[in-house]
Order: sequence, then C-alpha cells, then structure tokens
Amino acid sequence: MAAPLALLLIVAVTIRAALFRTSLANLISERVEVVSPLNAWKRVVEGLALLDLDISPYSGDVFHETPMVIYLFHFLMDYAEITFMLADCLTAVALYLAVKDYNKQVFRKQKFALEADRIPMDCLELIRSPTEMYYIPLKVAMFYLLNPFTIVSCVAKCTCGLNNAVIALFILSTMRGSALLSAIFLALATYQSIYPLTLCVPALLYLLQRLYIPVNVRRSSFWFYTLQYLFMFLGSLLVLICLSFFLLGSWDFLPAVYGFILSVPDLTPNIGLFWYFFAEMFDHFRLFFLCVFQINVFFYTLPLSIKLKEHPVFLIFMQIALIAIFKSYPTVGDLSLYMAFLPVWNHLYRFLRNIFLVSCVLLACSALFPVLWHLWIYAGSANSNFYYAITLLFSVAQVPVCLSPSLLSSRESSSKTALFTHSLLF
Amino acid sequence: MGLLSDPNRRRALIGMLTRLNAPICMICYMAGVAWFMGLAFEPFTLRTYMSENAMGSTMVEERFPAGERALATGREFAAHKKKTGGMPVDWLVRTMQARGLEVYTQRFSRKLPFPDEDKERYMVKGTNVYGILRAPRAPRTEALVLSAPCSPGNENNQAVGILLGLAQYFRSQIYWAKDIIFLVNEHDLIGMQAWLEGYHHTNTTGMDWSPLQGRGGSIQAALSLELSSDVVTSLDLVLEGLNGQLPNLDLANLFYAFCQKIGVLCTTQGKLPRNDWDTTSGYSHAVQTMMLMVLKQASSRPWGDHGLFLRYHIEAASIKGVNSFRPYKTDATTVGRLLEGMYRKLNNLLERLHQSYFFYLMPSLTRFVSIGYYMPAFGLLALILLLRALDLWVQLSSPPTRTTEDACPPLCPLSAPQPASPGVLSILTPLVISHLTGVALYTLPVLSQELAVEHFPVSETEAVVLTAIAIYTAGLALPHNTHRLLAGEGTEQGWKVLKLVAVLYLAVLLGCTALINFSLVFPERGLLVGVNDPGLTLLFAVFFFQELQETPVTLQEGWMLYLSVISQGILDHALYGSLLYPLAALLVYPCWLLFWNILFWK
Repeated sequence: MAAPLALLLIVAVTIRAALFRTSLANLISERVEVVSPLNAWKRVVEGLALLDLDISPYSGDVFHETPMVIYLFHFLMDYAEITFMLADCLTAVALYLAVKDYNKQVFRKQKFALEADRIPMDCLELIRSPTEMYYIPLKVAMFYLLNPFTIVSCVAKCTCGLNNAVIALFILSTMRGSALLSAIFLALATYQSIYPLTLCVPALLYLLQRLYIPVNVRRSSFWFYTLQYLFMFLGSLLVLICLSFFLLGSWDFLPAVYGFILSVPDLTPNIGLFWYFFAEMFDHFRLFFLCVFQINVFFYTLPLSIKLKEHPVFLIFMQIALIAIFKSYPTVGDLSLYMAFLPVWNHLYRFLRNIFLVSCVLLACSALFPVLWHLWIYAGSANSNFYYAITLLFSVAQVPVCLSPSLLSSRESSSKTALFTHSLLF
Repeated sequence: MGLLSDPNRRRALIGMLTRLNAPICMICYMAGVAWFMGLAFEPFTLRTYMSENAMGSTMVEERFPAGERALATGREFAAHKKKTGGMPVDWLVRTMQARGLEVYTQRFSRKLPFPDEDKERYMVKGTNVYGILRAPRAPRTEALVLSAPCSPGNENNQAVGILLGLAQYFRSQIYWAKDIIFLVNEHDLIGMQAWLEGYHHTNTTGMDWSPLQGRGGSIQAALSLELSSDVVTSLDLVLEGLNGQLPNLDLANLFYAFCQKIGVLCTTQGKLPRNDWDTTSGYSHAVQTMMLMVLKQASSRPWGDHGLFLRYHIEAASIKGVNSFRPYKTDATTVGRLLEGMYRKLNNLLERLHQSYFFYLMPSLTRFVSIGYYMPAFGLLALILLLRALDLWVQLSSPPTRTTEDACPPLCPLSAPQPASPGVLSILTPLVISHLTGVALYTLPVLSQELAVEHFPVSETEAVVLTAIAIYTAGLALPHNTHRLLAGEGTEQGWKVLKLVAVLYLAVLLGCTALINFSLVFPERGLLVGVNDPGLTLLFAVFFFQELQETPVTLQEGWMLYLSVISQGILDHALYGSLLYPLAALLVYPCWLLFWNILFWK
C-alpha cells in the first residue's frame, strides 16, 4: 500500500508546486472563501515584519495568529511553500494511518458479529469485504490531498492547513491509543483555534472504549481516567500558553487571538454565517447573538456524545464538520478535513437521502461564490444579499452531508435493518 | 424538505419524474422558449420610469446656445486633424486651455498580439487629451466624464466640436458640484483603456501609458458622444459594454426623458419605439430589437467607447448621431442642450446611480424586462438539465437489480462518481483530454502565428484564426482516439456517468454565465441539443445578427465576417480583457466535447 500512497503524495505535491509557480497563486490567496482574517498569509507576513522591528505583532489589528505560528515562520519564512505542502502531506499520511487502524477494528467487530450469527439476512450486503476496506485509507488520503478545496487552501498558504495537520495527528494518536500524545495534540489544536476543544469528548470516549472502561459515573476507574486525560490536556494547554507568554513577553495575544475568534470583530465576508448577520445587527443585541452563534459549536457536543457514545470516531467526524460549519471564520480548508472522512462511511451512502441534490448544491455553490463576489464587488450590479444567500445555501447543504448517517438511525429506528446499520456503522 | 424526507412520497415523486422525463423536458423547453419570446410582447413588459429621486423631480433648464460655433470648432478640429495626420494634440491643448480648463495629455502605446485587419492597426501609438472643469460648488470628490473619440478620416469631428462648445459653456455656469472631465481619446477603445487604467492606477492588460498628471474625483457617470454630421435625424443610445455589462437603467431613462422633453427622435439598436404592439409587425419589431440587444450583449465586446467604463463601476453610455430618418432634423444646438440637461441632472446626484436595474433587456427604448422576468426563461431551460441529471442518477443507482444481478455489485454505481473506483478513469480521461484541447485552443493560436506565417502563405491574422479553427476541428476527432485509449472500458455505465458529469457541468456553467451575462446563455443553450456545436452556433449568430440589422450578407461575405469575428474575439480578450474567448475555449468547448464524446461512445 505504500507505493500508491507515495505516488499520491508525489502527484499532490506536483500539483501544488506547479500552482505555486503560476499567477493563480496570487489570485487564490486574495479570495475570501479561501483565506479568512484569522489565517491569511498576508497577515502572517505583516506580523513577521512587525516582529522583526521589535514591535508586538499584535499591535494594530492585522495579525491574529498564535505566537507559536509566528515563531514557526520566523524560522521557516523562506521555506513557507514547502512547509505548507509538508503539512498537507502530513495530514494525509496521518489520516491514512488512522483510518487504517480504525478499519482493522471495524473488521474485527464485523467478524465477531458474523461468527456470533447476529447479522440479519437482509443486512448481509452491508458487510464490507476486506478488498473494499483495503482501499478506504487510500481513498481518504486521496480525498484530502486531491480535494480542490485543500489544494487552493494550500496554494493560498492559508494556515488552516497547519491546524488540519495538528487535528489529523490528534486523530492518529487517539486511534493508536496514546493518551498523552492525543492530549498534547488536542491542546495544540485548541491553542490554535479554540474550537477543537469539543473534540475532547469523543477522544475520551474512544480511549475509554479502547481500555474497556464503561462510561459510568459511579465507577471510579472512569473518573480516574477522565481526570487523568483532562489533566494532561489542560496541562499541555497551560504549558503552550505560558510558552507563548515567555516568547512574546506579554499577554497581548490572548485578546488578539481568542478574543478575535470569539467576539468576531472582523466582518469581512466569508463562507460562514457570522459576517452578514452581525453586519446587520444593532449593537445592543450583539453580545446576546454572539453567544447564540458561538454556542452552536459547543452545544451539540453533549447530545451527540450521548447519542453516539458507542461510536466515538463518528463523533469526531461530526464535531469536525460542525466546527467547520459554525466557526466564526470558516474557510474551505476547514471543510476539506471533514470531507476527507466521507469515504470511511461510503457503504452507507445508499441510505443518505438527497445525496445527489446535496452534492449538486455544494458544487453549484462553489462555482457561484466567485461569480457573485465578482458581481457584488467589481461589477456593482449585485449586492451582499446575493453572496450571503449562497453562503447560507452552502452551509445548509453541508448539514445533510454530515448529519444524514446519524439521522438515518434515529428516524428509522423501528426498522431492523437500520438498527443493524447503525451498529455496524462504526 | 418534508416531501423529500418521506420515503414513499419521495419514491413516487422520483418515479413520476423519471417516467415522464422526456415529456417534462419538452414542455420545459417549449415553455422556456415561449417565455423568452413573450418578453418582447408589450403587455408583459414594464414601462421605463425614473427611479432616482435626485434626477427625477428637479427641474433644469437647458440654455446651450452655441451649436453653430461648436460646429465651426469641429471644422477647425477637422482641418488640424488632417494637417497633423492624427490627433492634433497641440491645437486641442491650446483650445481647451483657452476655454479655461485644466488640460493634461497622456501618451500610450500598445502592440497588438496580431494585426487587426478590420481597423488596420498593429503598433498603436497615440495621445489622449483631457481637460478638467473643476467644480466650484463642492469639494471635488466626484466627477463626470464627457468623451468624444478622435477617429481617423472624417468622422466624429462634430462630436469634438460640441464637446469643446459645451466645455466653454459649462465653464461659465456656477452650479457644478462635480468635476467635469472632457476627454478626447485617440484610437477609440485602446485610448479609452489607457486613460481609464491611468486614472485608476491599474494595469490589467500590459499596456504602456504615461501616468496621468491631473485627476478629478471618483467618476460617477460618463457619456461618450459620436456625431459625424452637422445635422442628425435621431440619436441612438448604446448601452452594451464589456462582457455584456449594462449601465444602470436610470441612465437610459434619463436620456429618454430628455429626448422627450426636447423633442428629439431617439432609438436603441437603431430601432424606433413603436406603439402598434398588437400587430404582428409591431411585435416582430420588438423581438428584433430585443434579439439585437441579446446578440450584442452575448458578443461580450464594448459596442461604444463607454463600454470600458462599466468595468470600473461607472455608469456609462454612448450616444450616436444617426442620419437616416429623413423628415426629422436635429441641429447641433439641440444636441448640446440635450447633453447639458443630462449633465445638469447627473450633477444633482447624491450617490452613485443604484436605484434602478442593472440587469435588463430592452425590447424598445420605452420598455424593459427586468431580471425577475427573464430569469424564469433561463430557469426552465436549466430545469431540463437537472431533470436529465436526475434521470441519469436514478438509472445509475437502480438498474443492476433488474438486469444483471451479479455483473455489477450494488455498490458499484454509487461509488462510480468518486475517484478511485474502477470507473473513474473512464470519466477522468475524457474530462482531462477535452480540457487540454480547450487549453490548446486558448493558447496556441496566438503563440503559433509566427510558425504558421513562415510555413503557409497566410497573413498573421489569418494564421491565428485558421489555427483556432484547425484546433477546434481536431478536437472533433477526439472521441475516436479516446475510444482506442480506453478500449474495453466503454460500458453502458461509463457513458451514463460521463453524461451525468457533462450535464451537471453544463448546468453549473450555464448558471454562472446567466448571472454574469444573461444573453450568453441563449447561444450556449444550443449545447443542450448536443450536436449543435459552439462553432456552428457562432456562425449562425453572425448571419442572424446581419439579418436583424437588415443588412443581409451572402455566404461568402458571411464567411469572411465569421473569420473576422473570431479574430476580433481573440483581440478583445487580449486588449480589453473580454471574457468570451477564454470562456468559450476553456469551459464551453470542453463541455461540448464531452457531449460529442458521449455521442460517439456507443
């Protein structure tokens, strides 16, 4: 399997390297769909320039990356393109290995179920043959590396590629059952953009499941493990934040990064839901609606983890998707991470309703973004409502992509097949 | 969503859509065409009205008196133009200065990618002269432009005369709140392009120009005047700009309102508004006017010097003097008064023109069809594509259960559209090959002209056009070659998947084009039929356009015209950044090649 993966990596790097050399790179790095105020390369360069002049990069309202990123690029400035390509490759390889591990477990479970004769006849076709499963990790890597969204995001040198790499490493270390590494990478991801905080729950569920510790509040082993994991997570987060403080010598970065993410002061249009809404909002409602909007990312964690507590990997997927939809400055790079997971559940596609409709809508929306932007900003004949309409449609279309498999189980819970599907899913 | 989430109803709906697919498509097609033709029918259209308050209720008086003197200046200009054999820069600078304007010049030069045989130019060098009348009443943050081209030969002298006359007259008025820029541009659009790029500090087409020494505020509106005789019978309004962009409808309303007020005969597309909509001839007249507008818009080229302003978000139109409706007569004083009135009203604007429509079609100067009325016609056509795609999707996801149970496992059709499934190569190969052909069609003609000129007895322009046609035709042979490449893979499933991809591709393409330049959709619609290729569509459009303009051409002339249209299209792209050529070469042509491929798959 290494050869196809290597070939895939070579193809992916070639495409990116070729695009870096064309004039398209400049054009792409200006697109609001691809870069947000949070992760635009232009702003990193600006921050670096300020740092070189011994001015705090957070003075002025341009730079919103974390201190680690700026120090990373302080050393890698000349190799930025390679760094971003490497980050993409790293993400793909990590996802590849993680999904491979995961598939092994699914396969084992499936075998046990078969041997125990617990599978109804009409569900036999849902059982996945080894050959099918064999290609899934490669498909995942391919979905990530060759996804146009990932490619444009990489070519624009959008730092969300780095965040994706961290999250992918987190998933890999969780799959491998390494609690410490998992906690460290999760802390790193949280440090980068707060929202991955919600991934804490599925990771914990997965690790508990792996150690056969039941999720039961009355068991001391559950509490012990949970506290242990949380301690590692919070400890490494604290270390990271203190490290940033010592690097910069000030706490400036807290409001400039996390305050910026949470209070959404920059209303540059993007593919998310925030900008239009808050541009129209009266000031005295702002705080309230800010809470309402931000809570979306965190709120679903609880019900979903109760519902999907047997299927933590699927929960991770759902959480990543929810973050990509509801975060305050989403870019297409965020989408590409959860889209990479779609092949893992490809045996369930037949149960997805409207998958055709949804994919058509996503396709059309991606094409319409630049067109409506052109009409609004350059031609002046359309206005922001047109663009927001597409943003809205885009977000709405994403919801079935990630929610359908779980809706499937709840809707048709009477049907035996569906129940079984649900148990086999993950 | 309720309908779609109930499995039974959903199945019934899909069943109905697939069973009745062909009839529904036919009905949609006919309804779409009928709707579109109905747009020209007067009771279905709206009468134009002024939306902008600042231009509506305020009364202005037009008192421009000096038409004769303006014509004399025009004659003087003609004499100097003849003497210098080009733009009489010194004379213009002196004259404008004498009229109290701040005068500046701008030099520019441009080498065309290949010689333009229509206008006989290759290395273009010229000078723009412009004078700014500073606003006495306001802080000079906004400006209006009046331009007249300095054309070769004996044309447009009167326009320059009136421009200078108006400059002198405006100078003596005190009510100007916006700078007024009087521009005489050489080499029509190339000069205009240089001036606009200089004014806005951009350089999109790689032209050489000297930077502008003086500027006014941000330009709010612009008019371009073209006048070739002392007395005109009517004035024609030209709206179509680069890439089919149109100025705000209020600008057309303004022109029409003043024509009515002063009593000048006005036309659009050279056609008078008529009142007999209930007769066949009246209706066909309206259809002709609208189709002319559609075709001009679809050509994506600027149809007057105003066309490039629109790119900079400036509302602009050209006014052309026509001398063909014999009994009517309008002298230069009246034209001057008309322009004065329009500028007085534009001067009253408080913000950019934005109240009225930007997307519209005009079956006559008094009637318009807004986007809300013409989009359903497009929607009906797009619906056909979506229905076809749905039908194919259903066919792809259901047939194995009935026909060949074991030949294709149930998952195969579903996973077919994803990469890495066995079918992917059979889709990706035609996709990539047809796009590469498109890229070749886009790049090679201009690149290979030298080679072609060396080896064949043709001129550069012919070389470019003929290379384009050669590559285009070579693309037609592709299906046979891809077939050989994919021996054994041309299964029933394969072409259906390819067709699904092609249909969706076309639908997205049409949707995007409809938003940018609605008129382009109708020529593209030809692709729906499958066999109707872009080249033939263009040829047909050329003949149709000539027919509508009431100057029918013979086959021979038509062919020459066709060739020159292609070369003009390529030139427009290189010079002004018109999008038609890249759109056709890089997207429409590959998309059509996919359909062509499918046609030969079986």
